[in-house]
Amino acid sequence: MAEGTIATAGGIAARHEETGLWGFTKPQAVAFLLMLAFVLVSPFFLYPVFLMKVLCFALFACAFNLLIGYVGLLSFGHAAYFGMGAYITGYAAKAWGVPPELAILMGGATGALLGIPFGWLAIRRAGIYFAMITLALAQMVYFFALQAPFTGGEDGIQAIPRGTLFGVFDLTADLTMYWLVAAIFLAGFLLIHRIVHSPFGQVMKAIRDNEPRATSLGYRTDDYKLMAFVLSATLAGIAGGTKALVFNIATLTDVHWAMSGEVVLMSLVGGLGTIFGPVVGAAVIITMQNYLAEFGAWVLVIQGVIFIACVLAFRRGILGEIAHALRVKL
Amino acid sequence: MASEDPQGTILETEGLTKEFRGFVAVSDVALKVRRGTIHGLIGPNGAGKTTCFNLLTKFLPPTRGTIRYDGRDITNMKPAEVARLGLVRSFQISAVFPHLTVLENVRVALQRARGGSFDFWRSETALKGFEPRAMELLEDVGLTAYARHTAGELPYGRKRALEIATTLALEPRMMLLDEPTAGMTHEDVGRIMALVQRVAKGRTVLLVEHNLTVVSGLCDMITVLTRGRVLAEGTYAEVSRNEEVKAAYLGTDPALQAEAPHG
Repeated sequence: MAEGTIATAGGIAARHEETGLWGFTKPQAVAFLLMLAFVLVSPFFLYPVFLMKVLCFALFACAFNLLIGYVGLLSFGHAAYFGMGAYITGYAAKAWGVPPELAILMGGATGALLGIPFGWLAIRRAGIYFAMITLALAQMVYFFALQAPFTGGEDGIQAIPRGTLFGVFDLTADLTMYWLVAAIFLAGFLLIHRIVHSPFGQVMKAIRDNEPRATSLGYRTDDYKLMAFVLSATLAGIAGGTKALVFNIATLTDVHWAMSGEVVLMSLVGGLGTIFGPVVGAAVIITMQNYLAEFGAWVLVIQGVIFIACVLAFRRGILGEIAHALRVKL
Repeated sequence: MASEDPQGTILETEGLTKEFRGFVAVSDVALKVRRGTIHGLIGPNGAGKTTCFNLLTKFLPPTRGTIRYDGRDITNMKPAEVARLGLVRSFQISAVFPHLTVLENVRVALQRARGGSFDFWRSETALKGFEPRAMELLEDVGLTAYARHTAGELPYGRKRALEIATTLALEPRMMLLDEPTAGMTHEDVGRIMALVQRVAKGRTVLLVEHNLTVVSGLCDMITVLTRGRVLAEGTYAEVSRNEEVKAAYLGTDPALQAEAPHG
């Protein structure tokens, strides 16, 4: 799906650059340090809850990008893993009093457990059919969330307690919660980068580039695609669970198909197949939603215009275009 | 070059048939490829060469018939399984991984030797051990200078060379090459022919080809297909004297007549 219709920036660099620590190229290492500095300094200048929202969505977008950017699979149902992750984390924290670290892991496990059967079904088809199957399955999850008693229907699960991390750190303080979210985001980001630059990632990228050829080399490509799908769903579940704790709420918005669309938009605006693109995309979209909120429904119109502008003029996305201009990988 | 050992059949089909909604693309083909030979599969456009090829490599399931490779029935195997048995194919369009580097293209094939590569937590440096062998293979096909370039940038002829290096990385016992010289310039054709000849040592090669010069220069044995059926089999000299073969080529594709010597 990725090839042909949407330019991925994965292979724009003319020469393969030597990679250093954690598989970062030099430009990537610089970008990572900039991002790290921003994550560490920003809560002292900007509203931490806003930043936490950005980081949760950045992780969600990175998880989504793992599939579209590096395996070439366009999932249009990632809200299912994000949303159900939020519900299970929220329910566990509220109803069972599960500590936050465990509740978030349960959110990730939810993503994985949904991702296994959904991925298994969806990878049987490619391109637009794959997208449609993931969307249909996510809609089933939406109706499940609407009907099931534990999700609270239209009300969602409210007043989810943030709890106490490891029984030591009280997360009700926004700044303390921020450091947890920042740690989860950074760990997730580094894990995704490692996945992309692992022996598994090599096969993943080979499948993205030319699946019949990967098969002819003896790779059972379905197994690799499923693995990537489950990893992506797991990280989406973790992002959703974290978000539920930050806002003390898990609602139908999190499982709605519009959420699946939003993560596509974030990745596209930032740059598909770039490791930092989804982070930038999430920051841009969330910032817009926050600061343009006073325009009400116009936010959607503005988002639509940006989306069209991206597809028409910046097909590689913000980071993709920058990387292309500098002839580096980001 | 061909061994006369009757036990030396590596690939054998019986009654191989493929129908697409009533259209018979390949009909009752009995093919025998002897070990260690370069075997050509030729025929005019639409003769079923590529379909036949896709059946042999299991990219298409046959409607009827059996395929035996190295004494084993592979009729119901999956394409990845067949590849693991050492029967490796190429593609008509150049099949490289365009966003990977040239070195990575070969390395990802060598990586098969590890078995499954599901270790997503491990660094890529785990694959460093494959790089010397990858460089050797690239040297074999004259691509050393391009090792760190992305494969998508290579000119067409070099992509085909990379594809052969990638195929060789699997140490295949039998290679199936689908029109390895399609769309190439004259110099490139010569280079690829020499390469195929060189890599065929100690292996079996089945070659689908349109270009009769290539076939006459390379193949020990030739099977001619028309309309999904085997029309003739033999050495180039034998099949090129065959009246039916001449008629098939003359009747359907006059362009090829000019190319066929002693036609």
